Amino acid sequence: MRIPTIFTPALQKRYHTVGRVLALAGGLLFAASAYLPWAYSGDALDDMSYLGGPSTLQFLGMFLGLILAFCAAMGWIEPWADARKLFPPLLRISKRAGWTRGAKATGIGVLVYIGIVLIAITLELGGLVTVEWGGWVALVAALAGFVGSRLLTAGRQPSLERARTAPWVDIVAIALVLLAGLMLAAYALNQVDGGTFVVILAFAGVLTAFLLRSGIGGWLSAVSRRHRTVLVFSAFAVAFLFPFTQNGSDANMSIATQVLIFAATAVGLNIVVGLAGLLDLGYIAFLGAGAFTAATMSQSAFATIGWKPPFIVVMLIAGLVSATLGLIIGSPTLRVSGDYLAIVTLAFGEIFRITMSNLDGSDGPDLVHGSSGIPAIPNLNLFGFDFGAVHVVAGIPLGRFSNYFFLMLLIMAVIVLVFTRLNHSRIGRGWVAIREDEKAAEAMGVNVFGLKLLAFAGGAFLAGLAGAVKAHVDQSVTPDQYIFLESAFLLAAVVLGGMGTVMGVVLGAALLKLVPEKLRFVNEYRMLLFGLLMVIMMRVRPEGMIPNQRRVLEFHADDEDLVDEIEEDLPYEFAEEGS
Amino acid sequence: MSIDDVLLTGDLPGHQVGKQEMLSARNVTMRFGGLVAVDDVDLTVHSGEIVGLIGPNGAGKTTFFNCLTGLYKPTSGEVRFAGEVLPPKPRKVVMAGMARTFQNIRLFPNMTALENVMVGRYCRTSAMAVTSIVRGPKFRREEAETRERAIELLAYVGMKGQGGHLARNLPYGDQRRLEIARALATDPKLLLLDEPTAGMNPQETRQAEELIFKIRDSGLAIVVIEHDMRFIFNLCDRVLCLVRGKTLVEGTAAQVQSDPRVIEAYIGSPETQDGADNA
Repeated sequence: MRIPTIFTPALQKRYHTVGRVLALAGGLLFAASAYLPWAYSGDALDDMSYLGGPSTLQFLGMFLGLILAFCAAMGWIEPWADARKLFPPLLRISKRAGWTRGAKATGIGVLVYIGIVLIAITLELGGLVTVEWGGWVALVAALAGFVGSRLLTAGRQPSLERARTAPWVDIVAIALVLLAGLMLAAYALNQVDGGTFVVILAFAGVLTAFLLRSGIGGWLSAVSRRHRTVLVFSAFAVAFLFPFTQNGSDANMSIATQVLIFAATAVGLNIVVGLAGLLDLGYIAFLGAGAFTAATMSQSAFATIGWKPPFIVVMLIAGLVSATLGLIIGSPTLRVSGDYLAIVTLAFGEIFRITMSNLDGSDGPDLVHGSSGIPAIPNLNLFGFDFGAVHVVAGIPLGRFSNYFFLMLLIMAVIVLVFTRLNHSRIGRGWVAIREDEKAAEAMGVNVFGLKLLAFAGGAFLAGLAGAVKAHVDQSVTPDQYIFLESAFLLAAVVLGGMGTVMGVVLGAALLKLVPEKLRFVNEYRMLLFGLLMVIMMRVRPEGMIPNQRRVLEFHADDEDLVDEIEEDLPYEFAEEGS
Repeated sequence: MSIDDVLLTGDLPGHQVGKQEMLSARNVTMRFGGLVAVDDVDLTVHSGEIVGLIGPNGAGKTTFFNCLTGLYKPTSGEVRFAGEVLPPKPRKVVMAGMARTFQNIRLFPNMTALENVMVGRYCRTSAMAVTSIVRGPKFRREEAETRERAIELLAYVGMKGQGGHLARNLPYGDQRRLEIARALATDPKLLLLDEPTAGMNPQETRQAEELIFKIRDSGLAIVVIEHDMRFIFNLCDRVLCLVRGKTLVEGTAAQVQSDPRVIEAYIGSPETQDGADNA
């Protein structure tokens, strides 16, 4: 995205020294202001009322201030070190980074950060008076930093992603990023206060913006491409460690388990939407089919099927039932595509829900007790492992939801494996070809219909697996859990996160599930907020948060930054004409 | 077979040379409502032969192609390939050994050149979902073969080392060549080229000509639709001229070239001005 110009290049050229001083001073002052009291009382956010004792959020702010100061200072440090030939290897790396761009992003970032903090304090304590003088100092510092960073002349295009680094550096970087992510997530989840959660989200956002603009983000994504296996395994390891950070609290684990179920389903949907390019608006029905199948065969007193096979078998049956539903709905409808398919699948989702509500003994066979569904589904017991009990591992108690979390993690691993392996095979190529040009794919001998059906049924199967676990996690299955809105959210997770990638979709799913859980006030406006978020994303980053390389190219045919650079060199009239 | 061998011999890897009747279309008619786009057209193609299909715009050449390749089901008439009647399904037609290119290039724009050719191998490989997930030795061998074959074919059409570029970023001439490579990847016995030199400069046209000869020499039968007369008469063993869906003339390049009716169909006759709007 192009950040709107506040100061014209001419002004930037004249005042860039002033800008650098302002940005540096602003950043340092902002960092120092963390030691001042920001709020009048300790009830706002985490306690920000002490002089000389920064709270965690203030520490995070200090970190941002230091980044801003550092980025601004690099404009002087770099030539200075260059002239004296100091630290040549470090200098080589530094020359590939876009420090000025980073400073500009962080300049906006600190302003947004302090803005959100002050608004949160005002709202939580009631009135602007509750902001202590330290808060105002921080705001002034942020403003100075912002104006200063805007005054800097446009920096060079970062090329860190082309930097060749030693493998151990790469792996250490991956480990550090994932650990930082784990710590931030664990910390954020432990916050009961909505404002604190928002501020942490803002911090994560600012940090991401800095990383992306300065080129470090590009380097990290290049690193993760080089060490894909390491990344996947360490991501799973980090997720595996997550329950151990919770000290036995089940509240967050419940959310985390729901997030995993949602994410697993979204990755399944990603096969259908992201790879094969089939818009499915009724995907939640497959999750529901899995859940209902598992419920009717569970040990619940309300279960309607007498046969009680072990859960592994139930799970497979649930997957197969979903896949069969996928085939039944798919075989007649996959001949239509695009909008028509979306409408048919939307209708299918509704048909599923209404059918389930009517299987209550009066309108149809009493299979699922209609809209009251099947309650009292007992906890799983796999190979003598009781999912309802608390297990103590290494002194840390792991409750019921932690157990299900581990199970879902296992299923997630299977789904990710299926997704990536199919993606990088003959089948995956066929899917992409169909998405690109269906007629040409057919004329080249690709079995278009068969592959579409495979995507549909395969995605349904995976959703069915997740649904079987969901039935036991939720302990009851009712038709109204599987409404259209859920399908829309799944699709939103795929689009927000990035079509065709696993990481992106998991991130999107986590955000969409976490934010309403943690922010009760968002819950009321969540439709509005998500709608806004979608619009902003489509405008700013249509390819999603962690996009597939192919998608990036689809949306940015030309290198935008390059275009920007060229435009900045041109007189204004020409730039207008060219754009 | 290494890439160098391919370049030296000019042989398409894995193809045998021999002369026999490949394609025989009898009385093919295609009607769209009241419009008869293709009217009772016959065409026979032998292996190792290049047949040109010419005619003014709207003569029904591409429609005839679509009938041959199963994109359209002809209203009447039959298309036999290697003695067997073809089902009107593009996929089955490709499996039988008939591949085509498109008049307006239809590559997969956001796939790399190599991936485009690898998609062409789809119908000659068999790994299904479970095999792809388990990744046994057979899957890996097949995948490696697919890749190797695609690289060979890229080299064969003169695009060595360009496999990593996205199809959409390739220059126009290379896109045309890539389409041919993709079609060749399906191991065809008959190649249908729909205006392979449209929009090319003389040098690119000459290269395309050489490529088509090279493919013919490896034993494939080729049917070409073209507007470039010099190209068609240089290239083709036989030429079929279609006008308003009907066969006007069929014969050797020299015969068709000198036939006054062909000239009339393209330029119009001085007396009647008939067909002037077609030219």
